[in-house]
Amino acid sequence: MHVVVLTKMVPDTEATVTVDASGQVHWGDKLVINPWDEYAITEAVLIKGAHNVQVTVMTVGPEAHAEALKHGLAIGCDQAVRLWDPALEKHDSLAYATVVAAAIRKLGDVDLVIFGKEMSDLATEQHIFQTARKLGWNLLGFVAKIEALDFAARTIRVRRMGDHGVEIVASRLPAVISVLKDINEPKYPSFIGIRKAAKAEIPVWGLADLGLSAAEVAPRVQVLGYRELPKREGSAEIIEGATAQEKAEKLVARLLEEKIL
Amino acid sequence: MSANVFVWIEQRDGQPVTASWEALGVARQVAGAGRVTALVFGAGVDSIVALAFSYGADAVIRADDASLAHYRFEPYVALLARLVQAQQPDVILAGATIAGRELLAGAAADLNAPLLNDVTELSLENGKLRAVRPLLGGKVLSVEAVTGDGPQFATLRARAFPMPQAQEGRSGEVIAAEPALPADSIATQIERVEASSGTISLTDASIIVSGGRGVGGPEGFAPIRELAQVLGAAVGASRAAVDAGWIPYEHQVGQTGKVVSPDLYIAVGISGAIQHQAGMRTAKVIVAVNKDPEAPIFKLARYGIVGDLFEVLPALTEAFRKRLK
Repeated sequence: MHVVVLTKMVPDTEATVTVDASGQVHWGDKLVINPWDEYAITEAVLIKGAHNVQVTVMTVGPEAHAEALKHGLAIGCDQAVRLWDPALEKHDSLAYATVVAAAIRKLGDVDLVIFGKEMSDLATEQHIFQTARKLGWNLLGFVAKIEALDFAARTIRVRRMGDHGVEIVASRLPAVISVLKDINEPKYPSFIGIRKAAKAEIPVWGLADLGLSAAEVAPRVQVLGYRELPKREGSAEIIEGATAQEKAEKLVARLLEEKIL
Repeated sequence: MSANVFVWIEQRDGQPVTASWEALGVARQVAGAGRVTALVFGAGVDSIVALAFSYGADAVIRADDASLAHYRFEPYVALLARLVQAQQPDVILAGATIAGRELLAGAAADLNAPLLNDVTELSLENGKLRAVRPLLGGKVLSVEAVTGDGPQFATLRARAFPMPQAQEGRSGEVIAAEPALPADSIATQIERVEASSGTISLTDASIIVSGGRGVGGPEGFAPIRELAQVLGAAVGASRAAVDAGWIPYEHQVGQTGKVVSPDLYIAVGISGAIQHQAGMRTAKVIVAVNKDPEAPIFKLARYGIVGDLFEVLPALTEAFRKRLK
């Protein structure tokens, strides 16, 4: 029995992002673990505590992303694997899903794959749904709580956020889930955990290790460039008035004049 | 230029979703002289088929079966992938709702086809889709294009595209499709749905009234709900208010909540942290109500009122009530 959790490093939310004249984006140097992944890793470790399972933390990315794997090891994941190959430099979500599905098959005995809700930098979660499909497994997206998990009976029941509210959904293992922040309180690594993780040798699996060719991960979507969002001008027009009533009436009048309502 | 375009028309409990009609409007433009086919999956969907024609479909593929009554990933993805495989449309579109994003990503994976997700602009150039997509909580826009041949998928952010005009009396060919999976082979069963506590969905709302730390407690959301009710608005919240337990997470707007693009966003007692901005900066007009005249939200807002929300909000509710009669 085996649980895999996916993670990656992303630019810090507070970082200033600029686009230069040639349309290239500069994210700032500081990378942090994708905030959603802290919930995913914590959930995997909580499952390990409750069931007799092994937990592997995995990323797709160059050396800098090993930091996220070490965070996973420090919290209690059993092993880490980094998936990377020069051919993945400009990978899209399909290539990501193809590589991760191949790695999960290589591990062999995986019952559950956990993702954080999205990658905060690319604001995307399609790679999660596509990983499920490449594995041929069920997807339970946007999970707020695992209500029941039975590795022996191969069943899972979750609370998930659908478009029209909370759904209680039962499904079978193996499955891919993505988790929301209400699923747990993220664990933080202990000093001993950090020391142990720092010493860990993390294997890197390339395309050859995964039995894939470069053609199978050729991107189908390319980024042509970046633009800055048009800036909102300066500061708000402050509606003045002697009383709250006067301010409110002036504001409503302005909104109606400008046909905002 | 002409292209054959599929559009998935989403329904929830038999009600069509507005973002699907917006996608149908985009499909009409992308198709040029080509054919727009609406895909309607569900149980008892005749009224939606009729609406699809009035909003611009030339043909409808209708899959009407109990196993498709509610959206579920496996049966819907299998059916969409099979239809696309068989008919090879140039473009497949849907609204970027939760279901729309899951469904198109899944079918694109089955077919090794490109997907542009949650886009705010879309065009077809030399037969290839090209789109603009906000990244990093809307701080940057990424311009992306499809490479290679074959069907190409895109999901469209709700409210980023105009709602098409309905035209009475349009109709066309209705093609029946069978489910791709037998009902008893579907592993996932929806046991129960708990209706969300807000009656109007944040992502569909044209007006949102949102509360933050400044509302001071759960009772601070009472005047917000009253204003929202008068405006027919959805109720949002900042992370601070959600973390404090004043309002459930499903109301959270921001980087770790929902991303919204209403016509009017009224931020009450919200300072305007960068993580909150990530969820609402694409609103057309932002109004801020805050005690602190230095709050960063006033830099983002078009109009501001400095004052105590417990005085300002009831006054606003009353003023709107009078003028909107």
